[in-house]
Amino acid sequence: MKLAVVVQRYGQAMSGGAELHARYVAEHLARHAEVEVLTTCATDYVTWRNELAPGVERVNNVSVRRFRVTHERDPRLFGKRSARVFEEAHSLADELSWLDAEGPASPALIAHLRKHFTSYDYCLFFSYRYYHAYHGARAAAPRAILVPTAERDAAMGLAMFTPVLRGVRALMYNSHEERAMIHAASGNQDVPGIIVGIGSDVPQNPQSARFRQKFGIRDAFAIYVGRIDENKGCQELFDFFQGYLRDTPGRLSLVLVGQPLLPVPSHPRIRHLGFLDDADKFDAMAAADVLIMPSYFESLSMVALEAWALGRPVLANGRCDVLKGQCIRSNAGLYYETYGEFIESLAAIERNRWLSSALGRNGRQFFRDHYDWPVIERKYLEMFDRLSKESPAAARTIAPLPGWFARRRRDLPPASQVLAGLPLTRERA
Amino acid sequence: MPDFNVRSDSVNVEQIMEQIRARIREKRGVDYTEQQLREMAAVKLEKFLDPRGVRSDLLEQFKRRQPPAAPSFTFDDTTIYETHRGVLRFIRRLLNPILKLLFNPNPIIHALHTQANLNAVLEKRRLEIDALYYEVIHNLVFEMTRLGIDTKNVKMRVESIASRLEFNERRARALESVVAYRASSEGESERETRDEPAPAPRPQPSARPQHNQGGWTPSASSSPAAGAGPGAASDPVPSTAATPAGQPPPGAGQPGTEGPGQRSRRRRRRRGRRGGAPAVAVMGAMGPGQPSASTDSTQETIADGPQPADTHAEASPATSDEPARAPESTGPGTDTDPQ
Repeated sequence: MKLAVVVQRYGQAMSGGAELHARYVAEHLARHAEVEVLTTCATDYVTWRNELAPGVERVNNVSVRRFRVTHERDPRLFGKRSARVFEEAHSLADELSWLDAEGPASPALIAHLRKHFTSYDYCLFFSYRYYHAYHGARAAAPRAILVPTAERDAAMGLAMFTPVLRGVRALMYNSHEERAMIHAASGNQDVPGIIVGIGSDVPQNPQSARFRQKFGIRDAFAIYVGRIDENKGCQELFDFFQGYLRDTPGRLSLVLVGQPLLPVPSHPRIRHLGFLDDADKFDAMAAADVLIMPSYFESLSMVALEAWALGRPVLANGRCDVLKGQCIRSNAGLYYETYGEFIESLAAIERNRWLSSALGRNGRQFFRDHYDWPVIERKYLEMFDRLSKESPAAARTIAPLPGWFARRRRDLPPASQVLAGLPLTRERA
Repeated sequence: MPDFNVRSDSVNVEQIMEQIRARIREKRGVDYTEQQLREMAAVKLEKFLDPRGVRSDLLEQFKRRQPPAAPSFTFDDTTIYETHRGVLRFIRRLLNPILKLLFNPNPIIHALHTQANLNAVLEKRRLEIDALYYEVIHNLVFEMTRLGIDTKNVKMRVESIASRLEFNERRARALESVVAYRASSEGESERETRDEPAPAPRPQPSARPQHNQGGWTPSASSSPAAGAGPGAASDPVPSTAATPAGQPPPGAGQPGTEGPGQRSRRRRRRRGRRGGAPAVAVMGAMGPGQPSASTDSTQETIADGPQPADTHAEASPATSDEPARAPESTGPGTDTDPQ
């Protein structure tokens, strides 16, 4: 079996998000099939600047074929087109121009797929909202399997994605909430889909004492791992945690791991360690009392899964329906929507050792049941097997783009309005 | 603080969150700090006061009553001749004397100018008053909120005090019942410790002996032991006359003071009494009015009392200023004790 993994960026330096997801999947599926990664030469997701050489290379024994990006992202143009499609009535042509402005526009990658897709049994497209996934899925529709990694953002309300979501061979969802949202947005219930998620290579014996010694941390602490960004809810986290320190007798400190895009408050009990390698990161998570996930938008929080794999409870932002759903399904984390809930939940985890350990136990079990690599690999292989047994007549096709005039008819509602109409669904496992 | 009802391994996160929310709801009345109150006061009225959640449509009415801003304009002597067209302005200025020939526009200009000024002043004043109204409403709502919080606090305190009062009442009742139980059970245990069929009735306060010149003069009716034993009738010393005045009868009001050593000591004395000579024969005759502290009856009675009195009586019977206590019941050899 030969598989193509198509993703916007690829490499060991790409940490987090769909790129890491794609790399993990490619490396693990490479044990069962021949895998080739098709990606761009870009490494920066803001500019999509070509920084790597085009051509074929091997990354962790996986063949990677890179294609050049034709133009970098113009933030001003992208912002303008985003405002148009998200906030105003617009046309399909507007959406296509928005996609082009978003990037990474790589016609060479699409041309390669169009020409060679029959040489792959299946093409796995990561992140539905990018250029490569939209045009690539259209080019290789009979073999296309989409890993949407969709969050509840306005892009979900764009009309151009509906034919793709309905026309691919299968979808590999990250969570129940993501599946429910995509079903509601595109009505693709008849497309084969399975909730897979992503595993993680969590070490068996993380050294929490080593971490404490290395960084001189002795007291109990809560940890945040990820980009320190307002979009990730970090500003709210800072406000809430400082309030927690002020209003409660709690003894927790806050340790931040990740690149700061936001000023970290100067407080003796808030400590920023910067970017850590995987060993230190897992040691830190193992040493922590609780992981805090303040993000509003997540399709699947890998960090939360890693914390659960290490037997640590999670305190998540309840306004992110995916995180809330995961906490409830796993019974391994609490969630907050207000300041009051934040301090009460954090205090409960800090002071009630029994609760904390029970949540951690549940998290470990949840990870083993649903996100351990053998489980993930089995789900992918079962889907391939299922699709191989489908009759050719059952294969779906992606509806072609309408004509020139139809594409320019401004009859599409603002995407944010469409998104607001999508129900907030939480399903039990 | 977090007393969650999570006692089994199957943690239910939704249930825990419900408990947390319930705790927040309970604490909402008492948890507002001064800082939070200040923040609430600083929040704009529209945010602070949710019109849907408030019974009165105070805010809406206030907004509805706001008249639209009056059109403001400036009016001076050149206003009526102004135009953006230069030629036209020139012609108007040229023909202005003809216009003034037909009528005088100056009073009109003056009136409109004054009116424009008045409009501006009134509008400014209205805005100031509106701001004041707004502040008053804001403060009113804020104070009402605080009053609501205080009311809730007071209610909670009343509930707390009521529950404490109830607890104290229950505690008092429980303590009273314990005291009654211990007093009655003491008599029971005392009876059980004696190897006698039934205790003799205790002397009544009225039956206390009269202290007369260092000796004891029993009253006629104060001998409950009269006739109780074989030699009771000939007993020269009434058995109940040994209780000194001013002292409670042994055992009364001193519950539970008999130890295991006392019991064995009493048995030893009984054995000695049965097998040996009377104490008076050993120690010799004592003076009249001098109570024999070594008599069996005396020892037995003392044994019923507290330990220090017992030891005192045993250690120095002859030197004791206190008279020996009368036995509650006459023993086998009491009739032979000389006085």
